[in-house]
Amino acid sequence: MRDLYRVENLRLTVADMTRKPLFGPAPRLEILKGLSFTIQKGSVVGIVGGSGSGKSTLGRALVRLLEPSGGAIRFGGTDITHLDEATLRPLRRRFQMIFQDPMSSLNPRHRIATIIAEPLRLHGFTGIDAAVARALDHVGLPQVMSTRYPHELSGGQRQRVGIARAIAVEPDFILADEIVSGLDVSSQAQVLNLLERLVRELGLTLAFISHDLSVIRRLCARTIVLKRGEVVEDRDTAALFATPHARYTRELLDAIPLPDPDQPWD
Amino acid sequence: MSFLSVRNLSVHLRGGPPLLRRVSLEVAAGEVRGLVGESGAGKSMIGKAILGILPDAVKVTGGQIFLGGTDLMALAPKDRRRLIGATAALIPQDPLTALNPSRRIGGQITDRLVDILGWDRTRADTRALDLLAEVQIPDPDRVLRSYPHELSGGMRQRILIASAFAAEPKLIVADEPTTALDVTVQKQILRLIAAMQARHGTALLFVTHDLGVVSKVCRTLSVLYGGMVVEDTTVRDFFRGPAHPYSAALLAATPRYNDPGASLIPVPDAVIDAVRAEAGARHA
Repeated sequence: MRDLYRVENLRLTVADMTRKPLFGPAPRLEILKGLSFTIQKGSVVGIVGGSGSGKSTLGRALVRLLEPSGGAIRFGGTDITHLDEATLRPLRRRFQMIFQDPMSSLNPRHRIATIIAEPLRLHGFTGIDAAVARALDHVGLPQVMSTRYPHELSGGQRQRVGIARAIAVEPDFILADEIVSGLDVSSQAQVLNLLERLVRELGLTLAFISHDLSVIRRLCARTIVLKRGEVVEDRDTAALFATPHARYTRELLDAIPLPDPDQPWD
Repeated sequence: MSFLSVRNLSVHLRGGPPLLRRVSLEVAAGEVRGLVGESGAGKSMIGKAILGILPDAVKVTGGQIFLGGTDLMALAPKDRRRLIGATAALIPQDPLTALNPSRRIGGQITDRLVDILGWDRTRADTRALDLLAEVQIPDPDRVLRSYPHELSGGMRQRILIASAFAAEPKLIVADEPTTALDVTVQKQILRLIAAMQARHGTALLFVTHDLGVVSKVCRTLSVLYGGMVVEDTTVRDFFRGPAHPYSAALLAATPRYNDPGASLIPVPDAVIDAVRAEAGARHA
């Protein structure tokens, strides 16, 4: 399999405004401390870690919503680490993102069809109506939904719209950042089953950021564990769960309360 | 009689639909009861009704709530507040919004002791120090003088737990107390709540959407759907095989990392239709 992403020694710092002196620049706070990994075409990779581990920052760097301060991100052979916005624009069609909270990532004043059509229009697609209809089909939403507004949909349906918008432009890569953490278990099960099906049918390459190891175990063939901006473990998911190498991975696994009163939990 | 007894409690949105439909449940001294359900099931609403903190637009329209044998609905509002304040407490979901950002921690713990129980300052301050030690906060002196933003999420939740136990309440309502925390911190906090509850013999009503959490901290549970209790059972019996089809469906939709091959089944429409019809038939 070919590498779609090749990340080398990725560093990202932000200005630490809580320590900024009255005059002069704020000190830099290091969020990502030199990460290296690859994402193969057609694979599903889980990115897991506690809050503040840098998983969302890493995701945003991968789709270049943030510019790294060091290292390199190569996407399909192109070094996108420091590309300017104009050069990135045509590439952006190829990596899409699904956000955690569909209520704030879908424009409340637009109908569902308009929301899904927006990236198609931006990237100069023709036959937009047909593409919107196809995207709705793919995520299992009835066509009548296209004239609804986001607030008329349930949480699970809204998240499907987010997925439809991402797949509509036929991207090579999708980043999903905690997309089921706001959902009830039933909607979560629907969205997870949907993602599994889309990966199979469309051959998607997916990076799935989550704090929930049970969800990661279910969906991802490979798992990257982050802690404080560093990769502590990066392995085949089944092996990682069976015999975690890093102490932190062990701690994460031991902390999950399984729905089973007989599971030892001390 | 159990310390908390809720009987046929109905709650309506003013001029709107019922939010709770003749809910009944009991929590005895020392018992931990889970209150589970999906969002909108009414689990937080029950906790709020018991603590007398329902939003203005929501009214109790029927039923009774007994705290230690006293019917809250039969009391004048002032007496009701006094009784609730003296015998019950809340551990809220979000430790950041539950604490006043502009005040030091110490006063926020001792307020209720001074204002509601009439303790003098010195006694309240000593109690706050003891409590912070009990919830395993290192350097309690410094923490009492800190502001909320200077502490981590786990630390803030420990403070709210200390605060809830401060006046030795007979009943604590914990409303999704670990939802905002990392799993590793969640585990510490859950074990702390369980240990505190056991030591103080408090009745605990634990509101959560997480069946994993229920299986670890609760002994009994009520499953809610559409403002209605669909199942009232023990944790042991529930995980051995829930009696109600909706409970079983909820369990089948929950992923487990130790069983990745199991198919994840969303709650089937037929089950939802049936439980909706059941709720509709229960006149609130």
